[in-house]
Amino acid sequence: MISGQYPALLVIVPLLAACLIALAGWLKPVLCFPLAATGLLGAVWSAVGLLLRVAGEGPILYRLGGWPPPVGIAYAVDHLTVLVLVVVASVALVNLVASRATIEREQVHRRGPFYALYVLSVTGLLGIVVTGDAFNLYVLLEIAALSGYALIAMGSPRAPLASLNYLFMGTIGATFYLLGVGILYIQTGTLNMADLALRLAPLHGSPALLVAFLVIIVGLWLKMAFYPLHGWLPGAYTYAPSAASSLMAPLTTKVMIYVMIRLILSVFTPAYAFGVLKLEGLVVWLASAAIVAGAVMALAQRDLKKMLTYLIVAEVGYMVGGVWLGTKTGLTGAILHLINDAAMTLTLFLAAANLVFRTKSRRIEDLKGSFARMPWTMTGLAAAGLAVIGVPPFCGFFSKWYLLQAALEAGQYQFLAALLLSSLISAVLFFRLFEAALFEPAGGKPGHGRGRREEGMAEAPPSMVIPLLVAAASLVAMGLATRLIVQGFILPALSGGPGGLS
Amino acid sequence: MTGGLAFLVAKYNYWVYIVLMMIGLYAIIAKNNLIKKIIGMSIFQTAVILYYISTGAKKGATIPIIAHGHGHEAVQAADYINPLPHVLMLTAIVVSVATLGVALALAIRIYEQHRTLEEDEILERLKE
Repeated sequence: MISGQYPALLVIVPLLAACLIALAGWLKPVLCFPLAATGLLGAVWSAVGLLLRVAGEGPILYRLGGWPPPVGIAYAVDHLTVLVLVVVASVALVNLVASRATIEREQVHRRGPFYALYVLSVTGLLGIVVTGDAFNLYVLLEIAALSGYALIAMGSPRAPLASLNYLFMGTIGATFYLLGVGILYIQTGTLNMADLALRLAPLHGSPALLVAFLVIIVGLWLKMAFYPLHGWLPGAYTYAPSAASSLMAPLTTKVMIYVMIRLILSVFTPAYAFGVLKLEGLVVWLASAAIVAGAVMALAQRDLKKMLTYLIVAEVGYMVGGVWLGTKTGLTGAILHLINDAAMTLTLFLAAANLVFRTKSRRIEDLKGSFARMPWTMTGLAAAGLAVIGVPPFCGFFSKWYLLQAALEAGQYQFLAALLLSSLISAVLFFRLFEAALFEPAGGKPGHGRGRREEGMAEAPPSMVIPLLVAAASLVAMGLATRLIVQGFILPALSGGPGGLS
Repeated sequence: MTGGLAFLVAKYNYWVYIVLMMIGLYAIIAKNNLIKKIIGMSIFQTAVILYYISTGAKKGATIPIIAHGHGHEAVQAADYINPLPHVLMLTAIVVSVATLGVALALAIRIYEQHRTLEEDEILERLKE
């Protein structure tokens, strides 16, 4: 019965595909793309299969190799897991199809390694989401991160240094996580998340548990680029190859936020994280600062991709703040925003990749007149922009609405103000883009070194435009399906298990 | 005072790891040379690995192998070192070696581009 093995297939299929791609890269590079697409299609298939099963039967516990937990490694699949799994797998697949043209152009002789690392990185991310074991999570975290560093380093000339900086920060983050898991282990003697939650319950007053919690959370904040620990992100994602930045920007930070939510819900329990520790005030202030700082720094950028990376910093603030409001509405908003933001960031970066593909420039001023030249790409960018600003019926509106409501309920008015301010700033940002792209004639001043414009006159190839439009359409579809997602998946995830919220 | 000293001495292994971690962290943040930063990163990771190793240790215990055992003898857990943290650290060592490899590969790429590994000189060249 193959449907019973979905949790393992989810990780094993792309892992095997990555190995085969590395081999094909030597022997027959033409096979790399079909293999990668097949591997990711297998992951999407398993993720959707799991989604349907969990929606029907409720949470699943999968025992790897038949060993019962807590001795064996368990894959725990609940409503929240399947939601994030489907998003991760489909974002990776859509981006793979969209990026084929740029990969074939930018990585002519490195297609094999590039596709292999791409699929390996997705394997790591899927594993992080599905695993129910704290140490297994660390290993998968490093698989995703190490292949990510290599992917980033294949970009523009500044990429290796940016990637090395990311490597330092990422390693510090992951090592902090490992240290925290070690402290949990010596207190409880277990690494299984469900088992940890049971054994930690009597230890809620212990200072060692507090240290473990702080070390793990700070490590994750480093990895998710939570302001002021965001220093590595803009450089790494700006100089990375288009295909890598549009994979990692939507997924890496979101998966780290998922890990934070997962640990708070299933290991530390909200009763401890919010009830005992009382750190909400501080963290929500930090999140508000992250939102404002991210938005303001985005406003200061002249480079399209760099501007988008600072928007990610602001969005991370949305989600961390939403989680630490500590209420059901706040967590609902954060989880909904996590999914929506993955789709929005994907659309933004795919549109940016199309523009860079044609104009060979990342500067915002080179966007002038691009609506006339690349109407479909700009339609995608416009849809993503409206979603980020929060215009209904795009999905960004609904998650922001939940977050605003949660901020009001919790009385955290600084968070409310930060949300509104950043929406306003994103409106300014995107309308500045649209204005240049719609109304200003292409070409700028004559005789200003614009010779390369000639080939920027056409729309990107269909293989890049169609995935972009699919992503853009998903923004509306997810917006319209908000009720289904919240009632069918997010609320059951929040009310079940040890993390039950009233 | 003696209470404080006893606290230091009783948990001296942990203090060593904390000092090692801080040395590594300092090197990553403060050093200018990329190779020194990479060395700092390795020290930082090794400190955590040592920490795990020492959590498995027990006074008077031996390696977790039952000599001439057939699986029927009564085994006292207190007689054997806890092998699980050690096994975990095998994986963590592999991870840290892989990280070191990627970091050094990146350093080679950076050196080929800029002919230097001093961060301030590289940033200077990138501004030009």
